[in-house]
Amino acid sequence: MDQVLLARIQFASTTIFHFFFVPLSIGLVFMVALMETMYVVKKKELYKKMAKFWGHIFLINFAVGVVTGIIQEFQFGMNWSDYSRFVGDVFGAPLAIEALLAFFMESTFIGLWIFGWERLSKKLHLACIWLVSLGTLLSGFWILSANSFMQVPTGFKMNNGRAEMTDFFALITNGQLIVEFPHVITGALCTAAFFVAGISAFNLLKKKHVEFYKMSLQLALVIGLIGSLGTAFSGHTQAQYLVKTQPMKMAAAEGIWKDTQDPAPWSAFAIIDSQKRENSFEVNIPYAMSFLAYSKFEGSLKGMETLQKEYSKKYDSVVGKGTNYIPPVKTTYWSFRLMVGFGMAMILLGLAGIYLWKKEKLSNSRLFLKLLLPTISFPFFANTFGWVMTEVGRQPWTVFGLMTTSDAVSPNVPAGTILFSIILYILVFTILAGVMIYLIIREIKKGPEIHHNVGVHESTDPFSKVGA
Amino acid sequence: MELSELWFILIAVVFIGFFFLEGFDFGVGMSTRFLARGQSERTIMVNTIGPFWDANEVWLLTGGGAIFAAFPHWYATMFSGYYLPLLAVLLCLIGRGVSFEFRRKVDHPKWTNVWDWVLFFGSILPPFLLGVLFTSMLKGMPIQSDMNMNAGFTDFINVYSLWGGLTVTLLCLFHGLCFLTLKTEGIIRNRAVILNKKIVVAVLISLVIFVVLSWNMTDIFKVRLIPELSLVGLIVVAYGAAWFFIGKKREGLAFTMSGVGLAATISAIFVGLFPRVMISSINKAFDLTVYNASSGAYSLKVMTIVAFSVLPFVLGYTIWSYYIFRKRVTDKEHLTY
Ligand code: HDD
Ligand code: HEM
Ligand code: HEM
Repeated sequence: MDQVLLARIQFASTTIFHFFFVPLSIGLVFMVALMETMYVVKKKELYKKMAKFWGHIFLINFAVGVVTGIIQEFQFGMNWSDYSRFVGDVFGAPLAIEALLAFFMESTFIGLWIFGWERLSKKLHLACIWLVSLGTLLSGFWILSANSFMQVPTGFKMNNGRAEMTDFFALITNGQLIVEFPHVITGALCTAAFFVAGISAFNLLKKKHVEFYKMSLQLALVIGLIGSLGTAFSGHTQAQYLVKTQPMKMAAAEGIWKDTQDPAPWSAFAIIDSQKRENSFEVNIPYAMSFLAYSKFEGSLKGMETLQKEYSKKYDSVVGKGTNYIPPVKTTYWSFRLMVGFGMAMILLGLAGIYLWKKEKLSNSRLFLKLLLPTISFPFFANTFGWVMTEVGRQPWTVFGLMTTSDAVSPNVPAGTILFSIILYILVFTILAGVMIYLIIREIKKGPEIHHNVGVHESTDPFSKVGA
Repeated sequence: MELSELWFILIAVVFIGFFFLEGFDFGVGMSTRFLARGQSERTIMVNTIGPFWDANEVWLLTGGGAIFAAFPHWYATMFSGYYLPLLAVLLCLIGRGVSFEFRRKVDHPKWTNVWDWVLFFGSILPPFLLGVLFTSMLKGMPIQSDMNMNAGFTDFINVYSLWGGLTVTLLCLFHGLCFLTLKTEGIIRNRAVILNKKIVVAVLISLVIFVVLSWNMTDIFKVRLIPELSLVGLIVVAYGAAWFFIGKKREGLAFTMSGVGLAATISAIFVGLFPRVMISSINKAFDLTVYNASSGAYSLKVMTIVAFSVLPFVLGYTIWSYYIFRKRVTDKEHLTY
């Protein structure tokens, strides 16, 4: 295997892994902050218990989120040094600002929150968790502004073969960022909401701590519905933006080889043949694609063959003749379908939940509660497929229109070294994931009552004899 | 002064901040294995750094981010060139980061013990590896005309870099013990004081050897004789004073002096580098400098504005959090980690 492929595998696996924890952190800390606010306002112990219990689970998740993030920060230089040289001028700034503005805030106030239950006044303690929440949002904003630059480069000029920043404001008001940030954040809300909902449902089925979990479930359903509707709306605006800025990605996501008729149908299922550049079987929903792309029931989309010709004219001078500008079509197509599918399922479940709640049947409808259990995984799938669509669909570019992925890799790092690090990361990730799931299950089994730490153990430890 | 020069100074300041802050929590982490007798004492020690370690680590991330933003070539050359050492640092920081949260989540001494070992190695290896990294940078690495570095084993690992790693580790250990004398009481505090009296001697000896090695192996004393000699003087005075204050049981002052010593040591590294950021051992012409490795004037200006408007807030709430947790940690209270 060559360096480029290995570096891509490493980037994909480590970011996807990081992004299991990220949305859960962003969403859960927001929910915990809401719970603590309810406690401070209404002074009911139940809310405090909720904040503490879900807060505990949040902290375990946060710890893994932090350590997997550190890899990302180093990775650009380690595996993608030519990329870093090429865009560091533009791309480094948001990363540095993220650390300065967001990571300091998150980590300091989370320390204050964890250790401050007895030391800070109630209001101050509440302010700390809100600041952590703000920190996670800022962190998302800055890293996504870096990512948006890669999707739709703005606010720069080329100088000596490097991209140099010319307009910082353009960078942080990038149209891509404006549509991407709300989508990622509402996706994060879904993630936490269905996580809380699933665990609450599990306990309600067992009739454990009914009042506690019912309250948690209700809050989760509200957030979950808002989140999943939010992803659908923001996803729609993203699709519209995509048609304008990266039409090739959209065409790939739809499996459109030749220009569509007007109005364009939305493809619900297709058997794609990338070699022959055609779909051997399709199920289409009429009008729907025109609506997704233009919010009206007319308008056609360009196909990949037309776009390949257009891109060749425009970009062959940058990257050389004969470049294939078509991304892996099947991956892009199916990732998009799966993300949307999971999104729709969550909207339906959210609506059903709210309906049952209003009918006062929530804690008795066993079927619904059982359904919520596997739903925990839905947002995780949707998030992952969303990123796969976004990043794979951008190929062959690393920075759209400016630099291809194969030019981005570190020239001085041998393939074997990258492979070695991938193996180590995967090993460590497996352990981390295992331990984390084990601990979260333990916390859930312990339930909301016990939130004190267990007593300190005395043990005679052969290694501690040295000392003074 | 050019903005790129200012950013070199700012990055030096961030790394000083990193070693000053994370230095003591590395030190506390590594001393858990020989200062504590048994798990309950170890738990107290871990909790002295509980609220701080994560924010302290962010100084490193900020340093990395600042290098990326201000000197993309430096970031690219260093991070790809030091691939394996950085991989090791990353793995250590991963283990260390989760061990705080995990160590007492299961009520079993074996579980805790495993994570305490992870915490120990995660605390002792990173300062060592970073010490190796910075000293080998001072000596010069095989950087070619295309700015890429293709280093072999002996470029990373040689007497000089190993000694640098050892010295940095000792400085952190000393700093951590000083911190413990401030944050614990009774038996742990006493033991920390007693151990520190020995460690400070080791620190002074290893620093003197390090200076001698640097004189022979690097050009920093040729490039900047007076500033480097003054810094060496300051370092010796600081650790001498720290020694004195430990004897006098003035722990706050000893900690301060240890901080001054660390800050001066890191400064000496950066002063020796300037205006280079990476020294090529192949050809002087291939050196990366603040001038040929930096970002454009515009992005440096933006970064300067952002840094100077955000940093005061960061420092403000950091100080506030140390103020909130100023009390000594004992097992009479509820210990979170
Ligand atoms: C939309 C949100 C988002 C995305 C796309 C990413 N991250 Fe992340 N990251 C976060 C949102 C976040 C967070 C919510 O702020 C985390 C997750 C959990 C946590 O502890 O903080 C975090 C943690 C985190 C940390 C540790 C911070 C600390 O020590 O407190 C680093 C260094 C990074 N991330 C860096 C990255 C990089 C370089 C990414 C690009 C590939 C990346 N993250 C993708
Ligand atoms: C956390 C969520 C993210 C996930 C799950 C993700 C996923 C991926 C995947 C799957 C690839 C491999 C694509 C391929 O090679 O076919 C990739 C590549 C890449 N992404 Fe992302 N990405 C995420 C966020 C980001 C962000 C925020 C940035 C920039 C700040 C970024 C920058 C890159 C870079 C530099 C590459 C390597 C070059 C390339 O293969 O195109 N990614 N990402
Ligand atoms: C329900 C309808 C949905 C639609 C129409 C939709 C649409 C889109 C589109 C068009 C993109 C690609 C944007 C680009 O490449 O620039 C995208 C990306 C993404 N989606 Fe969705 N999405 C939906 C649901 C969801 C859900 C439910 C989640 C998660 C819970 C989710 C998470 C993501 C993520 C994480 C990305 C990658 C980041 C980004 O580019 O914003 N999506 N989505």
